[in-house]
Amino acid sequence: MIEVENLSKRYGDKVAVDGLSFAVKPGQVTGFLGPNGAGKSTTMRMIMGLDRPGGGRATIGGRSYRDLREPLRRVGALLDAAGLHKRRSAYNHLLWLAQTNRIPKTRVREVLRLVGLEDAARQRAGGFSLGMAGRLGIAAALLGDPPVLLLDEPVNGLDPEGVLWIRTLLNDLAAEGRTVLVSSHLMSETALTAQHLIVIGRGRLIADTSVREFVRSAAPSHVRVRTPEPERLRDVLAAAGFPVKQASDGALEVYEAEADKVGELAAAHGVPVYESAVRTASLEEAFMRLTGEDVEYRGGGR
Amino acid sequence: MSVATVRGVVVSEWTKVWSVPSTLWTLLLTVAVSVGFGRFVAGALSGPDVQGPADPLFAAFYSLTFGQLAIVVFGALVVGGEYSAGTIRASLSAVPRRGLFYTGKLLAATGIAVVVSVVTVFVTFFVTQSALGVNGVTLSDEGVPAAVAGACLYLTLITLFATGVAAMLRNPTLTLGILLPIFFLGAQGVGNVPGLKSFAQYLPDQAGSLIMHLAGPQDDPRWARDYGPWTGVGILALWAIAALVGGYLVMRRRDA
Ligand SMILES: Nc1ncnc2c1ncn2[C@@H]1O[C@H](COP(=O)(O)OP(=O)(O)OP(=O)(O)O)[C@@H](O)[C@H]1O
Ligand SMILES: [Mg+2]
Repeated sequence: MIEVENLSKRYGDKVAVDGLSFAVKPGQVTGFLGPNGAGKSTTMRMIMGLDRPGGGRATIGGRSYRDLREPLRRVGALLDAAGLHKRRSAYNHLLWLAQTNRIPKTRVREVLRLVGLEDAARQRAGGFSLGMAGRLGIAAALLGDPPVLLLDEPVNGLDPEGVLWIRTLLNDLAAEGRTVLVSSHLMSETALTAQHLIVIGRGRLIADTSVREFVRSAAPSHVRVRTPEPERLRDVLAAAGFPVKQASDGALEVYEAEADKVGELAAAHGVPVYESAVRTASLEEAFMRLTGEDVEYRGGGR
Repeated sequence: MSVATVRGVVVSEWTKVWSVPSTLWTLLLTVAVSVGFGRFVAGALSGPDVQGPADPLFAAFYSLTFGQLAIVVFGALVVGGEYSAGTIRASLSAVPRRGLFYTGKLLAATGIAVVVSVVTVFVTFFVTQSALGVNGVTLSDEGVPAAVAGACLYLTLITLFATGVAAMLRNPTLTLGILLPIFFLGAQGVGNVPGLKSFAQYLPDQAGSLIMHLAGPQDDPRWARDYGPWTGVGILALWAIAALVGGYLVMRRRDA
């Protein structure tokens, strides 16, 4: 269980995290989402005791990170920067980490096997591909077999096979009852991995909900209807209390309605319907709509 | 902090040192440069027409002023290297108590510095003195034991001074950019320039190196100081302590 209470952080004039509160529960993968610069990495660094909060506090199992003894056995983390010495071998990187927390050497071999790096164990980390460095980072996070995992953008730079591997691994870890927090700025990817979502923008909480609930509330589905008499159908639907929009191709988009109801109304008023389909907003659309006002850096002009 | 906890951190710091070629090289170079350069100077001072050096320890310890540059690089890399390589966050995630982390680092660095200093000083001493032949001194000659012990102490303290400065600056390149020129120029006698001397004699290297001169004639103006040799070691020790405390305060307060 990770608990964040009223956490704040500013760098100079820049407010990176602004009164953030949430809790991450065990047994499920929780996605930590926000556009670039939203404050995800900063929040994670404060949970890890690396950055000192400007206000509020973060605890893991009720204790602040700095008070954990042998913290690698309690929390495993993958931070955004690789944090590897280029000239040190993968094995030796894990070895010094293990030694700090009195984790046996046999566990180093075990995690190397788990992430599929046993053949590269003696290679220098500087020669690793992004994917291999990512796997080594995961190995480091799993070293102490911790009940809590904190991963900052673990799929960055991974190929589809690697992405699938992480997704499966995280779900297995959560199924074992662990607490798993994974940050990302990609909604679609997160929705495939996570069951719960914490969305932030400009350092503030925007949503703390299940993935399913998030999609439904953020961008409701609509019924798309094609008809030769759009004006008439629109009046009929509007009279029945449904918000209606006309798409650029002339089709109507009916919100807050079910397809059956739309069909019945059209039949009752003798309006021919050529096509009727339920459209669900894509996750990315839902995410962008929600964080629209909170995107800090947009491409192109504002 | 239990003993086992501290031991784990010290062992991991030792692993960090030997698992990266650059830090190992600085240690090997410390020995190699001191011994090699000392042998060269001793050879130049022991030709058939040479009277014999006024200070027989000069050959041994002048070379240390070059060897020290390598061990100072090691000192700067101990903490500073974590910032340049980006491993500091991983380190502090594994050992979040900053005091414990810093203590472990310093214990490991001190242990390594002591061993390398002792090896360097003794090997340099014996190689140079045997090259000097009859003009050389032995460990039992007057002033020699204190000078040799002082040289070991000097190398260790100057290494820890560099470690502290690098911990304060959180940047080994910047640290070495400042320290190496000062130590190099100091060894070449810049500290003896009249206007500078009253101030320069209190610099860490100038103060600490006085003790290595115990066996020679004591009226050499280059070694004239306003304090005695052991006070000089004390001044260097104060520099090292100040730098280490400063490094700790930075480590404790700053974000990683
Ligand atoms: N060490 C720092 N010094 C100054 N500003 C910082 C620092 N770290 C983060 N910031 C600023 O704080 C804000 C939040 O940054 P953070 O890295 O936490 O965002 P993020 O959500 O992780 O973004 P991304 O998706 O790009 O990784 C940004 O505006 C960033 O510029
Ligand atoms: Mg980030």
